[in-house]
Amino acid sequence: MKMHADPAGVLTGSHFLDGDHACCEGALAGGARFSAGYPITPSTEVVERFAARVPTVGGTFIQMEDELAASIAIQGAVWGGAKAFTVTSGPGFSLMMEHIGLAAMTETPCVFVDVQRGGPSTGLPTLPAQADMMQVRWGSHGDYEVIALCPNSPQECFDLTVTAFNMAEQYRCPVFVMMDEVVGHMTEKVVIPPPEQIEVTPRRYTLLPPGEFNAYEPREDLVPDMPRVGEGYNVHVTGLTHDERGYPNMTPDVQDKLVRRLQDKILKNSDKIVLFEEAQVEGSEVVVVSYGITSRVAQRAIEMARDQGVKVGKFRIITAWPFPEKKIKEIASKTKAIVVVELNLGQMVREVERAVSGKVPVRFVGHAGGSVHKPEQILKAIMEVAR
Amino acid sequence: MTTLPIHTNPTDPFLRMDRIPHIWCPGCGIGTSVNAFSRALIDAKIDLKNLAIVSGIGCTGRVAGYVNQDSFHTTHGRALPFATGLKLANPKLNVVVYSGDGDLFAIGGNHLIHAARRNVDLKVICINNLIYAMTGGQTAPTTPGSVITSTNPYGTFDSSFNLPYLVEAAGAVYVARWTTFHVRQMARAMQEMFSKKGFCFLEVLSPCPTLYQRRNKMGDGLDTMIFYKEHSKVRNGAPTSEVALSKAGEIVVGKFVDRERSDYRDLMHDKMVESLGDRYVESEVCECEM
Amino acid sequence: MAKGSVQIVVERCKACGFCVEFCPSHALALSSAFNAKGYHPPNLVHPEKCSGCDLCGMYCPDFAIFGFKNEAEKPAATAKAEPQTTAPLPANNNEEAANEDAR
Repeated sequence: MKMHADPAGVLTGSHFLDGDHACCEGALAGGARFSAGYPITPSTEVVERFAARVPTVGGTFIQMEDELAASIAIQGAVWGGAKAFTVTSGPGFSLMMEHIGLAAMTETPCVFVDVQRGGPSTGLPTLPAQADMMQVRWGSHGDYEVIALCPNSPQECFDLTVTAFNMAEQYRCPVFVMMDEVVGHMTEKVVIPPPEQIEVTPRRYTLLPPGEFNAYEPREDLVPDMPRVGEGYNVHVTGLTHDERGYPNMTPDVQDKLVRRLQDKILKNSDKIVLFEEAQVEGSEVVVVSYGITSRVAQRAIEMARDQGVKVGKFRIITAWPFPEKKIKEIASKTKAIVVVELNLGQMVREVERAVSGKVPVRFVGHAGGSVHKPEQILKAIMEVAR
Repeated sequence: MTTLPIHTNPTDPFLRMDRIPHIWCPGCGIGTSVNAFSRALIDAKIDLKNLAIVSGIGCTGRVAGYVNQDSFHTTHGRALPFATGLKLANPKLNVVVYSGDGDLFAIGGNHLIHAARRNVDLKVICINNLIYAMTGGQTAPTTPGSVITSTNPYGTFDSSFNLPYLVEAAGAVYVARWTTFHVRQMARAMQEMFSKKGFCFLEVLSPCPTLYQRRNKMGDGLDTMIFYKEHSKVRNGAPTSEVALSKAGEIVVGKFVDRERSDYRDLMHDKMVESLGDRYVESEVCECEM
Repeated sequence: MAKGSVQIVVERCKACGFCVEFCPSHALALSSAFNAKGYHPPNLVHPEKCSGCDLCGMYCPDFAIFGFKNEAEKPAATAKAEPQTTAPLPANNNEEAANEDAR
């Protein structure tokens, strides 16, 4: 079920914005009216803009004392009725891990934006990397699934942030916008449509009255309706393993039922969640798999290879998690080799290798971070595997 | 509040009866504090629909699971930032944070001082049993010197926090301490907090007979309650710098701080109006259904 | 008729002894009966002294006892056939023996 965006949050028009600013506008257009954040380069501009914009739209920004506080304050706000998000980069992302697990376990719809920078640790605060990709999937303890989207332009920072809020409401889980420092700080044209052309997913509140509603009883799509706080539902929300009433019930049976559902509600719906871009895969000799800023460089390398007569296909990952396993398997059956390019020393390539299962060779072109690849590095790999 | 049939405990409507009996040990004071809380809700005539309880992790953290209101059992130390988000997004809610000394002052210490500094309109009930009980009796920042705990098996030796002093310094507008012996005063303090705007803090000293008292041969819960009775001194208005606790010394109880200061929302509102005038759009309740 | 009485939810009691100790009239004592968990719940051994002040109810950490004031013509509420009833007394229950047993 979808509605149109609230006009108050939509800055319709043609803008020249960097990714961070576009992301903020995407949040506002997507319905965000609460944000809690903590300054960290290169993400801070997102919340700085939100702090300036939201008081004239109708909402609240609060700078919290640390990322631990920010990552849970947004969840309190969600239960209070708002759409909420926070923004960070590597070191802050690490601090948020416990609360990402809380959001997954309590099925709290919220958005986390990670503008990735060089790591590990303090690393390269002002320079790009794509090295949090495994962390976003596995960073919190326990079994759970998340949704992670990778924009490769300021326009996509706007569009995919709107999508992130929609998916968060639809699947009642934390959703991640995995930007990187270059996408965050590059300035390009961003077209923001009129509100009637922006679809937003409203929160699916229960229609049952208090007393008849079980807070964690799933509907057919495996997602429970949300109760309204302050309306007499006497909801109990806990991070402990819980039954369908929301009451702690720490037994293996309940654990199995709950945790599998938390995974299945995303995995079984992955066809609707997986976004990607592919071109000229059929009959190709090589397919280049990439995402985020690296896909912009890869595009140039692909064109250079095609100019030299190589049939190169392209697969751009937009939804990194749940991993587009089916699509990668399909690609492996249509091509002779795959080149994976990312700004790290090997993260999403492992998923590609897993999905390919040795069917075709997978060549990795990595980089420890701090700058984007040069097209020549990628071209070299393409030419080598094409032979 | 309607008259109850005579055979129902007046506290029953405030509890999730399908989860009673609770897990707290015999002689633990947390139940007594929840008992007082129920009575405070009755006397204050609080609209229960608008009440939200947020707790952290620990024995006291389990309170959220037993009270029959919208309740949130969050992560260790982070009840206050969760409550901050909840209150700011939905200001009509009456938000109570009910948690323990370790949760609020060790792992949660940073959030405690900032929530008090901001003067967010939250009512904080801190059950101080001087120990980390749920995990088996480890030292807490409130544990007095020269006692045995599981992580100080040869005796504690460092200083403990004086909670009222810390919270007053951080900016709270209401600071009181009672013990679980002081059932009426505890309930009255909770009731006072409900009608006061801003960051209100009540420390409730409670026995942990299974761990703190037992390991230190201080008797059981009843012995501790009698100890509270004999060693408490009511000093309303006492300077909080003078109310530190020790292993066997005097327990100063009372209402120490009751002052006026604009709460976070009022301050935010006033500043926005001052800076933005008509352009400021106030959101009373964030409503994401448009 | 006493000014008040108590209702005891026997199965919730954990025999902490707070109600017995802090009853201003010393009207309560732990019985030598057992509940299902093996605790000795209290009993109103001096019902004529009970004022219905409900201090026992305020102290109880387990919500196992509460006091109420008797209305003029009200029959005893403890006769209700629900789990929330006072345990039947064993034959020779007396205050001293019960206190020794329980402490």
